[in-house]
Amino acid sequence: MSTTDLTDAGQTGPPPQVRMRRRMRWLPIAPATALLLIFLAGPIGYCVYIAFTDMQLTGQASPSFVGFDNFTRAFHDPHFVNAVVLTLVFTVVSSILGQNTLGLTLAGLMQRASKTVRTVAGAVVICAWVLPEIVAGFLLYTFFNRQGTLNAILDWLQLPHQNWLYTLPIIAVSFANIWRGTAFSMLVYSAALSEIPQEVTESAQIDGAGGGKRLWHITLPMIRRSIGTNLMLNTLQTLSVFGLIWAMTRGGPGDRSQTLPVFMYDQAFNNALIGYGTAVALLLLLVGALFSVVYLRLLREEV
Amino acid sequence: MSAASSPASPAASAGSAAAPATAADSYGASARDRTAARQRPRRRLPLTRGARQRLAADAALLVIAAAFAVPLLWLVFASLDTHATLRVAPPHSPTLHNFSAVWTDRITFTPMLNSLLMCGGGTLLTVVCSALAAYPLSRFRSRFSRPYLLTVLFTTCLPVTAIMVPVYALFVQTNLVDTLWGTACFLAASQLPFGIWLMKNFMDGVPVVLEEAAWTDGASWLQSLTRVILPLMGPGAAVVTVYTFIIMWGNFFVPFMLLITPDQLPASVSIFTFFGNFGTIRFGELAAFSVLYSTPVLLLYILISRRLGGGFMLGGAVKG
Repeated sequence: MSTTDLTDAGQTGPPPQVRMRRRMRWLPIAPATALLLIFLAGPIGYCVYIAFTDMQLTGQASPSFVGFDNFTRAFHDPHFVNAVVLTLVFTVVSSILGQNTLGLTLAGLMQRASKTVRTVAGAVVICAWVLPEIVAGFLLYTFFNRQGTLNAILDWLQLPHQNWLYTLPIIAVSFANIWRGTAFSMLVYSAALSEIPQEVTESAQIDGAGGGKRLWHITLPMIRRSIGTNLMLNTLQTLSVFGLIWAMTRGGPGDRSQTLPVFMYDQAFNNALIGYGTAVALLLLLVGALFSVVYLRLLREEV
Repeated sequence: MSAASSPASPAASAGSAAAPATAADSYGASARDRTAARQRPRRRLPLTRGARQRLAADAALLVIAAAFAVPLLWLVFASLDTHATLRVAPPHSPTLHNFSAVWTDRITFTPMLNSLLMCGGGTLLTVVCSALAAYPLSRFRSRFSRPYLLTVLFTTCLPVTAIMVPVYALFVQTNLVDTLWGTACFLAASQLPFGIWLMKNFMDGVPVVLEEAAWTDGASWLQSLTRVILPLMGPGAAVVTVYTFIIMWGNFFVPFMLLITPDQLPASVSIFTFFGNFGTIRFGELAAFSVLYSTPVLLLYILISRRLGGGFMLGGAVKG
């Protein structure tokens, strides 16, 4: 992400004037690079630094270097382990099982449905996606609340109701994330499915392959790259969800819906332990970076 | 839902050309033909079976759509009902009273103006910087442009949420905390990687030949960028602008961390204080405010999806 290296066109020999001009034409890249360095690379570097100090929010002369203390502390902290487990549950339920599967189902159904229904359903699902995160969180809060709509529906169906945000908070926020994020998978899979040549499906049909077999042996292998891309992006997005959970439960009750971002915030600001919170953030960042690298690999295969 | 259905407008051609993989274009085009061809044999199938399949798909889709619609329905009903509760119920006597109740400087206009300043400024910065950066990346060869682009793509995926604590600490030390422009700069930087990536791909779709004509006429790079390239990639630039704005408008965590003074809070955070601190929440007014706050992004989304097709942006940009 450095500008200085970029300016050289990398050819030996041209006269200095030409080289100069070659360098000058890379000038437009400077403002963006400066912004990225100051506001993204800077904080990331600073993040690495703070994670190894005992920085606190207040009442401290200067932070001192503590090595890996924050990390060892994290791995022995039951609240941290709890947050990791909840983040895994949240990611698996809402991103991998929920958004991904439901998105594929919706895309498949849309291919077969009539135009009106397709348009209406698409509009509703996309609307949930475009709404600001905090509004979505607020809407799903009312939906899952004890006096909310879900329980009203369950009452009407004469099924037992419960206080979802209290008994199963992590499942409630997972479903909220499914509600909010499925449109993305739906769009990705709609695009992918429309690129499958019809002849392939038809010949399989003629050979007597049923719906399930066609899905497993033809459709899924043909869109596997989209599946990879979609899973990766969904997971990355889900890992960093904060507003939705904050609006619905604030990580509670207790710490029962406290995923890593919420835990990080809680440690840094409510417990005033910036160093510790940042160490957690760094771990989150590393997981994100790992996924990013895998994602780039996937893209490279594709491009 | 897909760009394939739109006729060969400049928007569609710039869009489909935007995919970096050149093979993807021809593939997309042939897929388009196939989509058209596919419709015919299906109609020739025995009507009963096709119709049955379609009905089943319609029914399933409607059930899922209904499930998705319930919370949205609550929003609409509650905003029109002064006695709204947590449950979905059509208002007895629909009124706009809730809207007039929140239609004040303190509740609506100041936060919306703050949002507009923050997101408008951030979007402007993102679009200008990414257009400038995309130009050499798209036009000139260098052994550093590929690593640069890969770094940009890598950054696109990093969870920005994770670095908010150090950003806050940095902002406190540099006195940027609680300033709208500082927050706008950070938002701009966080959207820049994706902006650069999109812009570069759109710019690749504009033929160099047109620009060479401008060069022979003595135009500088800035002139050829603003007079030749940007007008030609207008729809693409519009997508980057609107997309960036939508993302920023909905962002809660960044302003929540970096802004403190109540007068400076954008709508995404002010709605939350409203929700969190009132003893008895007036759901109707809250819903009305949510509607007001969400409307701009819904309209903007309709604007770009009409123009370019929903699947296009993801197909062309995210998939690479």
